[in-house]
Amino acid sequence: MKLRYFAWVRERIGKPEEEIELPAGITTVADLVAWLSQRGEEYAHAFENPKVIRAAIDRAHVRADAAILGAHEIAFFPPMTGG
Amino acid sequence: MAATVRLQREPFDAASEVDKLRRGRGDIGAVVTFTGICRSDETGAPLLAMTLEHYPGMAEAEIARHVEAAERRWPLLGVAVIHRYGRIVPGEDIVLVVTAAAHRQDAFAAAEFLMDYLKTRAPFWKQIEFAGDGRTDAKMWVDAKQSDDALADRWTASSGRRAAE
Repeated sequence: MKLRYFAWVRERIGKPEEEIELPAGITTVADLVAWLSQRGEEYAHAFENPKVIRAAIDRAHVRADAAILGAHEIAFFPPMTGG
Repeated sequence: MAATVRLQREPFDAASEVDKLRRGRGDIGAVVTFTGICRSDETGAPLLAMTLEHYPGMAEAEIARHVEAAERRWPLLGVAVIHRYGRIVPGEDIVLVVTAAAHRQDAFAAAEFLMDYLKTRAPFWKQIEFAGDGRTDAKMWVDAKQSDDALADRWTASSGRRAAE
């Protein structure tokens, strides 16, 4: 599964994307955020306030309780500031 | 209906986009054009430039979804949305929304709807550069505004208002 990071989430983690093997028991976006947060200081920093983190599965917005089974690409980013 | 959604690094020409939408059409009675421009200050500090990061692929898809939602909601005769990314200096254009309809109410409402959603749902992030004084970080990510969320929320059915088009 490919993970992509944008804006300050990308800066804090220190890379724009990576491939991961999803561990057993991780079924929702919120589970994935919790698991990533334990991977190191940079992840803990990026996800220190999970409420502000937005996520997309295969390029469509999803909520934290969304199931990630079958996802090819999951992206994490701060609230958007376009327009 | 003719809809254009485009992301580009280069500046755009609003007049030519309007011309493309209305050329040879006798049914269009109203065209609304919105241009978002990079201001020269943010919270009082002079701005050097703004860099827009985006999520390629998703940004186009998300804008297209909202264009389709606007088409379902109002009888539109043409839509163009162009959003720039990369480094933009004050005075330069950032975003263009053009809506065409037979009557002005539909064109105005659809343009406002599209802008409200672009602000809160299109995957773009603004980072601003200040004229650094050497002491503080001269680059800063712009925080999302709750007022923008409120503006986008007013178009959803649960808020009650304006939902009955």
